[in-house]
Amino acid sequence: MAILEVKGIKKSFGSTNVLKGIDFSLEKGEVIAIIGSSGSGKTTLLRCLNFLEFADEGTISVNGEVLYDGVAESSAKKKLKNDDKRLRKQRLHFGLVFQNFNLFPHKSVMGNLMLAPVLQAKSELSFMERWRFEKSDAYAAIREKALATLKRVGLIEKKDSYPCELSGGQQQRVAIARALVMNPDILCFDEPTSALDPELTGEVLKVIRELKDSSTTMIVVTHEMEFARDVADKVIYMADGVIEEAGTPEEVFGSPKSERTKAFLASRKNAAAIQEDKPE
Amino acid sequence: MKFIDVTLQLLDGFGTTCLLFALTLVFALPLGLLICFGSMTKFKPLRYLTRAFVWIIRGTPLMLQLFVVFYVPGMLFDNPIFSQFANGRFVAALVAFVINYACYFSEIYRGGIESISKGQYEACAVLGMTKGQTFFHVVLPQVVKRIVPPMSNEIITLVKDTSLARVIAVIDIVFAAETILSLKALIWPLFYAGAFYLIFNGLLTLLFGFIEKKLSYYKV
Repeated sequence: MAILEVKGIKKSFGSTNVLKGIDFSLEKGEVIAIIGSSGSGKTTLLRCLNFLEFADEGTISVNGEVLYDGVAESSAKKKLKNDDKRLRKQRLHFGLVFQNFNLFPHKSVMGNLMLAPVLQAKSELSFMERWRFEKSDAYAAIREKALATLKRVGLIEKKDSYPCELSGGQQQRVAIARALVMNPDILCFDEPTSALDPELTGEVLKVIRELKDSSTTMIVVTHEMEFARDVADKVIYMADGVIEEAGTPEEVFGSPKSERTKAFLASRKNAAAIQEDKPE
Repeated sequence: MKFIDVTLQLLDGFGTTCLLFALTLVFALPLGLLICFGSMTKFKPLRYLTRAFVWIIRGTPLMLQLFVVFYVPGMLFDNPIFSQFANGRFVAALVAFVINYACYFSEIYRGGIESISKGQYEACAVLGMTKGQTFFHVVLPQVVKRIVPPMSNEIITLVKDTSLARVIAVIDIVFAAETILSLKALIWPLFYAGAFYLIFNGLLTLLFGFIEKKLSYYKV
């Protein structure tokens, strides 16, 4: 059974239809890359999955359980966006890594990783237990998990640093670790390397590649065509709020069927060529 | 009148000044946050009401507000509550100061809260944090750092504004100095009183410098 099933997602802002019916599914351990020019709705799709936006129509199911149904939602008495408890629970199925990291600047690296799990654990305790929480086994377990995750992204030596002391690539790796600590079913990346200097993208892509090797289910919105081709099991090309073309990387990159996909890939190739021609 | 006698009398008044200052801060800092929530709420009637209130308080002189708080209960309800107990005048002054400063603080808080990027809220949301957790663990700590400079400005002004309390006969340090002026025809105690403010504000400036340094362990 597919871990994620998305059917007929539509979303408009005012009179602009950003998503015009998106369907796709994802198996456990699979990686989907979503490519497309800006304004095609890639980011909005990701935000709908993380319930930062609410689709007007369509359903989102994880492990066969319908998390969101746009039509039912529009007539529901208590809408998801007003139901804080349900919303928080459903959001935890997904993790999201932002383009500009959004780390908590006032927290150390470990503080960033541990804040949400600690608060979550504390909220189930009585007032007195919260007081002693930092001495409890549960706290130690969260700390262990955070340290192990930090090791995974290769930043264990930075555990006490603050985000302002890290490079962009390191910050993004911390952000990935922060999302992983919450054990999401599906980890989403919103152009994770777009805000980085070219020489820093490699370290972030390497981490994502390693996550794939440990069968993390991921959706990656990206402009890195090479990376999408290498890492993804499936590639979706979006244009104007619809999936113009979907398939394996070989199908989409090797023999695109749609004219628009061809044009998009050609323009990307040109852009890459121009960059490579640039004298150092 | 000897220098030591003047100093003792002024110190007596300065005690009241300090007490008024400290209590105003204790009540106005949290009340300001509440007013700030009111002026930012999505519930429109409350938002407009709060903003109108802030407009009135910030738009009229503090001195008038002192008179209003002290005299109006007696005029409207035939119940001059602030003249019925020993420290009534002090309490009236405190109420006026707390309301006035809470309104100024609320705008400083609002500026601070609105300067926190949307990304911080979204990061909290996708990590499954509640709105309360988001505010108290992520937003407020960052707001505190950002508002230290405007807050220190406002708090230093408060030290000097306490001298307005004498218009409803609260015996602060300036009131004490004026009493010496009228009874003993000595003008210098009034200038001497200025030194008290100067030293107090000097200490505050050092304190705020220290706090800013403490909070500089991270940059945004």
